[in-house]
Amino acid sequence: MSPLIECEDVWKIYRVGDVEVQALRGLSLTIEQGEFVAIMGSSGSGKSTLMNMLGCLDQPTKGRYRLNGIEVGNLKPDQLAEIRNQQIGFVFQSFNLIPRTSALENAQLPLFYRGLPLKEQRAQAAAALGRVGLRGREDHYPTQLSGGQQQRVAIARALVTSPSLLLADEPTGNLDTQSSQEIMKILETLNRDEGITIILVTHEVDVAAYAAREIVIKDGQVLSDHVTQPRPTASSVEG
Amino acid sequence: MSAFVWLTILTALRILARNRMRAGLTMLGIVIGVGAVIAMVSIGEGAKRAVQAQIATMGTNVIVIFPGVTSASGVRGSQGSAMTLTVSDAVDLKKRIPLLSDTGWAKRDVMQIVYGNRNWNGPINGISPSYLTIRDWSFTSGGPFTQTDLESAARVALIGQTIVANLFEPGEEPVGAVIRIKNVPFRVIGVLAPKGQSAQGADQDDVIFIPFSTAERKVFGTSFIGSVGAMFGSTDQVEDLPAAAEQIREVLRARHRIQTDKEDDFTIRTQVDIGKVQEGTSETLTMMLFAIASVSLLVGGIGIMNILLVSVTERTREIGVRMAVGAKRHHIVMQFLIEAMTLSLVGGLLGIVLGVAGAKLTTLIAGWPTIISGNVILLAFFFSLVVGLFFGLYPANKAARLNPIEALRYE
Repeated sequence: MSPLIECEDVWKIYRVGDVEVQALRGLSLTIEQGEFVAIMGSSGSGKSTLMNMLGCLDQPTKGRYRLNGIEVGNLKPDQLAEIRNQQIGFVFQSFNLIPRTSALENAQLPLFYRGLPLKEQRAQAAAALGRVGLRGREDHYPTQLSGGQQQRVAIARALVTSPSLLLADEPTGNLDTQSSQEIMKILETLNRDEGITIILVTHEVDVAAYAAREIVIKDGQVLSDHVTQPRPTASSVEG
Repeated sequence: MSAFVWLTILTALRILARNRMRAGLTMLGIVIGVGAVIAMVSIGEGAKRAVQAQIATMGTNVIVIFPGVTSASGVRGSQGSAMTLTVSDAVDLKKRIPLLSDTGWAKRDVMQIVYGNRNWNGPINGISPSYLTIRDWSFTSGGPFTQTDLESAARVALIGQTIVANLFEPGEEPVGAVIRIKNVPFRVIGVLAPKGQSAQGADQDDVIFIPFSTAERKVFGTSFIGSVGAMFGSTDQVEDLPAAAEQIREVLRARHRIQTDKEDDFTIRTQVDIGKVQEGTSETLTMMLFAIASVSLLVGGIGIMNILLVSVTERTREIGVRMAVGAKRHHIVMQFLIEAMTLSLVGGLLGIVLGVAGAKLTTLIAGWPTIISGNVILLAFFFSLVVGLFFGLYPANKAARLNPIEALRYE
């Protein structure tokens, strides 16, 4: 079985006015199914660009990026949207819930674009909220929830499609220590018990410590890549 | 797909309900536009119907023939000033043209009418009995005079409602009374049923009919016996009017010995011609009102576009999130289009209510006739839909073209 993520000599070059910015410079990376990876790096290291690309929000200028064996570089915007909908769940630093919309409807959103019947959307979204410990909060609006709860709704939204990849971009950046720990425990459980691949961007060492593998990015390239914990056997998904 | 559309409509309604004030103000343009279209067209249609009713008072399938103008040393008189048409023309026309079911003739002059101690100046019409049937005159009391009255130049008169109102006490029975026209006594034998205004705005009930022969010999003092002020013909079918008019023209030219290169010494008008002119006027009025009202619909549409553009900017981040979780371009386009159309449709419905109420109120207050047609309501509804679609398209496309990364980062 092919690896979940394969980056080969990936370049990303922007033009900002007359200045050419090389955000990624020949980066290569392989991530297997079921891994829990932390990506670290200072601001401007290119880690945000990498995340956008791994999340199929962006495409490489040069080089190859394959997700589940699909070459992402040549896809059209609607095909990228399809892949995001089918394979990827996003968790953002600022939660990015849709305002004045209930927790259930927020969690429903990806299924809504999948065109599932309404009943199924609701049932699956309710189940996802249950998995992050928000049973009974389905009708709450984002403003009625704490930061930690909002982030859990966001995780439920990411989970609801059973994605092969969960991308968490500084998921604890806006949270207090206790909420941060709760969120990280949820992610850890999802990885360990359900085998969901998680890629986590952070600059906090104690948050990164939840991951089994740590990749440091600098100047658009991989600076270091090492396993911090032995991978628990339960997380390996045999196909 | 249907779940998607349904949920998007619900979402749109919720977003509109949340910003009630803003939605209301945005819709106002459409409400006023649709309301104005419906009210204006209803007023225009009412005016048109009123004109049609007035034209119908002329009679059924009527052809009017006026004499030409006099011309002395290049100075031309007014229409009908020549005395080129005669009673024998009218009689001959009926004989020669089978399409004509009847012909009649009339001559008029304004004269003083006296009854008791009251007097009135009104138009005296000397007519053939056939004139009454051609012009569809009916009676509220008494009846018409006969061919015998015409031949014997009887001093009998038929009077219109305006004359009754001006010469008689309320409740007094005019039939049997003797009135004097230019000092000649006439016995009233019939009172005419009211016709109201003519298509030209003249009071048709201000009228007295007396036999043509009596008028010629005893009242008008005509020097040229047999000349008429106008001739009338009628056909059984409205489709026959143009053909009948053409045949009348040929017969009259032959009778008057007009050379082929000379102009007619008479003018022929059919009821259809007169109707066309009048209806054309009210048609123009309706179109003008419609055009003016459409401008407010356009302004309303621009209002919707404006608010949607604001909304797209405000919700840039939301659009980014929707894209991140898998919304395709058409999903985003649909979302904003449905919002635009919800706005314009709700506005359109309110506008219909406003327009119908406005039309009814116009009838109630100003007394103008209005006709609210289902077609106009449908058209206005369809229009508001198109406005929503058209003016929603640009903001919707703008939203769908956002770059998800930038949209997510938008503060």
